[in-house]
Amino acid sequence: MSATLPPPRLLPSGDSAVTVEFSRTIDDDANQRVLALDKALAASPIDGITESVPTYRSLLVHYDPGKIGFDALGEKLLALASQPLPPATRARRWRIPVAYGGEHGIDLEDVAKTLNTTPDDIVARHVAGDYKVAMIGFTPGWSYLSGLDKSLQMSRRQNPRLLTPAGTISIGGIQAGIQCLAAPSGWHLLGRTPVRTYQLHRNPTFLTEPGDRVTFFAIDHKTFEEQDRAAEAGEIIAEQVAA
Amino acid sequence: MSRLVIASIGPASSVQDGGRHGAQRYGLTVSGAMDRLSLAAANTLVGNEPFAAVVEIGPFGASFTARDGAVRVAISGAPRNADIAGSPVAMDTSVTLKDGETLTLGFARGGAFTYLAIEGGIKGEQVFGSLAVNARAGLGSPYPRPLQAGDEFAVDAASGAPDLRIELPKPSSGPIRVLLGPQDDEFDDANKALFLDSEWKISATSDRMGYRLEGPAIKHLHGHNIVSDGTVNGSIQVPGNGAPIALMMDRGTSGGYPKIATVITADVGRLAQTSAGTAFRFKAVSMAEAQDEAKKFAQLIRNLPDRLRSADTVALNIEALSDANVAGYAVSAVDAGTWQVAAEP
Repeated sequence: MSATLPPPRLLPSGDSAVTVEFSRTIDDDANQRVLALDKALAASPIDGITESVPTYRSLLVHYDPGKIGFDALGEKLLALASQPLPPATRARRWRIPVAYGGEHGIDLEDVAKTLNTTPDDIVARHVAGDYKVAMIGFTPGWSYLSGLDKSLQMSRRQNPRLLTPAGTISIGGIQAGIQCLAAPSGWHLLGRTPVRTYQLHRNPTFLTEPGDRVTFFAIDHKTFEEQDRAAEAGEIIAEQVAA
Repeated sequence: MSRLVIASIGPASSVQDGGRHGAQRYGLTVSGAMDRLSLAAANTLVGNEPFAAVVEIGPFGASFTARDGAVRVAISGAPRNADIAGSPVAMDTSVTLKDGETLTLGFARGGAFTYLAIEGGIKGEQVFGSLAVNARAGLGSPYPRPLQAGDEFAVDAASGAPDLRIELPKPSSGPIRVLLGPQDDEFDDANKALFLDSEWKISATSDRMGYRLEGPAIKHLHGHNIVSDGTVNGSIQVPGNGAPIALMMDRGTSGGYPKIATVITADVGRLAQTSAGTAFRFKAVSMAEAQDEAKKFAQLIRNLPDRLRSADTVALNIEALSDANVAGYAVSAVDAGTWQVAAEP
């Protein structure tokens, strides 16, 4: 990345939050800058900031206007954002088991047909991917992944489903996802994981963090049932490996 | 220990508090009371912290019975008829229910949400510092779901403290103030003007996630798909059909529709208390004004204890009185009947 980074745009999100926007599009460099600013804020907190929320292309910073005003905060954020990116640190990597196809991945066959190939080939391409958690949003634990194989990128469903199962592993546009809770979705459902990225009475409650790396591997449906019971009982199931 | 038993309650009623902060980065939304001022007023009346957990009562009626001892409660928010065995209870007052007595609340007369605070607060298991119900995430305590008849709370026995009323500023009936952005540049000037100059109504299909607005269709400059980014309470997003949605406390933490404007902090509760079908307008304000109002709003909540009065004193609402007189009504300071009507929104 070049030494002179263009400054982000500061977009007011009401009187108590500001969107620090690095890009209007999904862009890995922009996401890297989002996560770097988020980390910089965690390392050297600015008085008045209450919470920050990384997304693909922007960092939403919540603050208390009684402690710091928009202009003063904006200056500090721009100064932090103009610093050179820190050298890449070793990210955590999760290996996530997935039961592909059948009742757990009802769109696998259709995706294969649309892309003129076999379901096994779709699975092979999906497990070959090296993904990054770009953001977590919408519902608890829903991890939006960048790094989807270009050959798997296809537009979202015309008719979004009102409810898709907990643990759904899906693709939509240029994104891949790990969904934790049952939720509406317009993405294509390839499979399900027994892994809970959010589980209330477990330590940690949230498994994934923005910036984590993710790879998938296939399990059979019987293994899914066993691991699903173990996960329900509080086991993490996902394997953590050094990146 | 006493118990407060819910004898009857309508839909859209749940335990809420100041909300769940710090986990939006994991997709966990804040939840919490739709009208923070009324939440804080009800709590202040019974000596609780302003953002302690209370019962948020939706637009329909509800009734609560004290068991195994007396229970002291307070009500604030959307006005309703309230009584104990036929004897009226005023809004914005605390009242002690004797063992076996039932407080009955009617339908909301204007607004949507009324808050019932219980002296000593609601006991439960906090998650991320909150008891607020977020049904989608299975969170909320003691009941992680909307409340039902038969639910009950284990509560402190009433302290016997004298009952109080609280003098709140007269609610404004002016436009809902917004700051444009964060994606107002996704709309041309004509469509921004259409948003700001039109009359809006809240659709009956609204809920704690979002208030759907009925009015003219707002057109986007570059289509309705943006890359998802973060949302706040009061974000006004415009989906493909052009009908704006004001995101409320149970919103998704991120969203992929352009957000034309954001309701200022001081007015989110007023929007929440705007009844479905009531016409209202938006007004754009500057960042300086919005932040000034946010500070005043925080100060109002901090200083609520200064507004407590003995329930026995004549309810002399100076602000309502002076507003009414300025407006040209002839009202009498000693005859509450003449200005109480004028003080209704």
